[in-house]
Amino acid sequence: MMIYADNAATTKMSSTAIRAMLPYMDQVYGNPSSLHTAGQQAAEALQSARERIAVCLGCQPREIYFTSGGSEADNQALISAAKIGERKGKKHIISTAFEHHAVLHTLQGLEKQGFEVELLPVGEAGTVTAQQVADAIRDDTCLVSVMYANNEIGSVLPVGEIGKVCRERGVVFHTDAVQAAGHLPIDVREQCIDLLSLSAHKFHGPKGIGVLYARQGLTLTTLIAGGAQERGKRAGTENIPAIMGMAAALEEACAHMENNARAVSALRDKLIAGLSKIPHSALNGDPVHRLPGNVSFCFEGIEGESLLLLLDAKGICASSGSACTSGSLDPSHVLLAIGRPHEVAHGSLRLSLCHWNTEEEVDEMLRVIPQVVEYLRNMSPMWKDQKSGKRTFVL
Amino acid sequence: MALYTKTVMDHFMNPRNVGEIENADGVGEVGNAKCGDIMKMYLKIKDGIIEDIKFETFGCGNAIASSSMATEMIKGKSIEEALAVTNKQVVEALGGLPVHKLHCSVLAEEAVKSAVKDYYDRNGIPYDKKRFPDCGNCEACHMV
Ligand SMILES: Cc1ncc(COP(=O)(O)O)c(C=O)c1O
Repeated sequence: MMIYADNAATTKMSSTAIRAMLPYMDQVYGNPSSLHTAGQQAAEALQSARERIAVCLGCQPREIYFTSGGSEADNQALISAAKIGERKGKKHIISTAFEHHAVLHTLQGLEKQGFEVELLPVGEAGTVTAQQVADAIRDDTCLVSVMYANNEIGSVLPVGEIGKVCRERGVVFHTDAVQAAGHLPIDVREQCIDLLSLSAHKFHGPKGIGVLYARQGLTLTTLIAGGAQERGKRAGTENIPAIMGMAAALEEACAHMENNARAVSALRDKLIAGLSKIPHSALNGDPVHRLPGNVSFCFEGIEGESLLLLLDAKGICASSGSACTSGSLDPSHVLLAIGRPHEVAHGSLRLSLCHWNTEEEVDEMLRVIPQVVEYLRNMSPMWKDQKSGKRTFVL
Repeated sequence: MALYTKTVMDHFMNPRNVGEIENADGVGEVGNAKCGDIMKMYLKIKDGIIEDIKFETFGCGNAIASSSMATEMIKGKSIEEALAVTNKQVVEALGGLPVHKLHCSVLAEEAVKSAVKDYYDRNGIPYDKKRFPDCGNCEACHMV
């Protein structure tokens, strides 16, 4: 038996989404830009997907731009807002310290082009308040980009309140909703969102397809030049099968959002309660405003990658923010941003659930994880020093 | 996970010589918590031979596997032979490591040296300081 608890990394596709894609591979396979019947059938499908996704987000179909995923949507959103600002002489950008790298690295690029980027601190719980944003906005602020929910620690941020502040102050507001879409309610009008990124593979849709919502009147900068697809803002023959799969997956996720959230958060809470019993451990992220499926812990005295390997050997697929899993020498910037010291951040574990996870799986994880943590602690010189009092516990 | 060779996974899943030697003749600890790797080696030495060796490691799968492999390569060897074991040999014995993981195995060689140095210090045995670089320094450990 394999327990898949890494749904924040990516999800298994739903059969609804798979079935929605299939006819667009061998039946309706035309190019939507073609004039003939085959092409026009594809164009109709494309339009219907746009309409259905727009309904899920509370926007107009013409405000939907299909992209290759969350990363591209983030890139295009930030670069577009920055260019709009630049034309007005505004070059100050506000974001947060724990955004996804798709946002942070794009902002670093903008910094090199002379923009001033201010990353708001996210505090111990890992969130920012609308007041923090209000206080940071200046006359020359052109963009606020705050994620809806954090991918590592699961904090859900008050994007509606932040959106209102931005709207009042006339600043463009972007939210990376990659972890939120299909899991938390989105209404771009009510939440005063100008730009929003989402990615289908985080809600049981296909990989490599996403959406950038851009409020009408907001001129996007073209990153991929070529044909006139996506109103000239994103060239390339549309990935119709993926788009159809995404539309079906989003509709399905939105239709079952409340039920799924209720069931999944019950599993989450059971896991959190069980893992909290491990001594010298701590939950990461906002304990209340939290993604239904996110469980993120730090365990003192052990390193996350070895924990993942042992869990994998016992059939549990999870993730960690340790340096050895990030591919860099530093542990995750998210854990550092919420104030976890390096040595504790190395010992992190993220379990991310979906509605297909079961209570039996949760029980199995609660049986295995404490054993594995204990096993690793028993071979850890750091843990030994802590137990003997030679080194102090952080958690 | 295909990231690691079979040998690495074997030494990680079934590490040899884990634990502590009470009344060890030499103990060395290198690395630091901030970097996410600490390796501690205990030596039992008799007549210049490493009769027993044990390790404790805080670190990734690779750090644990290379600790285990290093202890196997050194057990029963003379001090001189032990000092001659290099990271490269440990990595080779493990069947190779991903490039971005090579720094983890740096600790194995250093931990052994550090334990031998401790043994020399305790017994007032003179040695060439150049052979025992000061490890535990983050930058040095992470020089890939
Ligand atoms: C918050 C967040 N933003 C952006 C991305 C990037 O999305 P994609 O993998 O579709 O490019 C991810 C997922 O990896 C994410 O979790």
